[in-house]
Amino acid sequence: MSSPRGTKACGGVAADRQIHVLAVDDSSVDRAVIARILRSSKYRVTTVDSGKKALELLGLEPNVNMIITDYWMPEMTGYELLKIVKESSELREIPVVIMSSENVPNRINRCLEEGAEDFLLKPVRPSDVSRLCNRMR
Amino acid sequence: MSLMALREQLNMLLNSMYIEGLLDQQFQQLQMLQDASSPGFVAEVITLFCEDAERILTELTKLVDQAVVDFQKVDAYVHQLKGSSSSVGAQNVKLACIQFRQFCEENNKVGCLNALNVVKHHYYLLRNKFDTMLQLEQRIQAYDSKQQN
Repeated sequence: MSSPRGTKACGGVAADRQIHVLAVDDSSVDRAVIARILRSSKYRVTTVDSGKKALELLGLEPNVNMIITDYWMPEMTGYELLKIVKESSELREIPVVIMSSENVPNRINRCLEEGAEDFLLKPVRPSDVSRLCNRMR
Repeated sequence: MSLMALREQLNMLLNSMYIEGLLDQQFQQLQMLQDASSPGFVAEVITLFCEDAERILTELTKLVDQAVVDFQKVDAYVHQLKGSSSSVGAQNVKLACIQFRQFCEENNKVGCLNALNVVKHHYYLLRNKFDTMLQLEQRIQAYDSKQQN
């Protein structure tokens, strides 16, 4: 089932450091897919399954260049995570991208107004991610 | 069976799955993401999907069987399954989930019972084919590593 890669590397390595993306999704399938897409573009990826774990990690590890999060998660939605990040003096500079399986214009607008960098519709593809590469911190 | 025959069998299986609507273009995207640095990627995603789906189907069976059905809870699980089937390219399962959600919205218990059976039908059909696919892949990879030694 191997075949030539259709994606081109987006530059996950910048100068002397590897760009680190934190991916947040409660679905194990989606975590595996987004991690693979990002790693195939040479990003360093950490995945967590909740907003709460994302915040814990961000508290310990300041070197996160982008957060990409699912919208609909139990306990804390991606929108709530976005708000907390944007209201934090330490974290607000980190670009946040929201993913969702549902195309709800109100939802998209609300996220963008709250400071989301972009909004991706699931299922996420390599071409969706390559357009994000210029937005990394 | 020769390596060529195995590869041909795998290709025929995949083609039939696309033609019959079991898989859609998203699965092709996943195949394209697999390469030498990540040779087990598709198998990993398939495994995660099947574990997830079976967990959800078990929960749904219990929930839809209740005298009074909690349609919101049912809908939340179906939404999850729709999401993961969409991410893996499991087209028929995804479409069956979309139908299922309609019945949840209508608070239609009989509709939900039927819809659950349809989802299960499509899921188990797919799982059988995935099992065959992974077995063929393993045999092909065994050939490849034997040839390298």
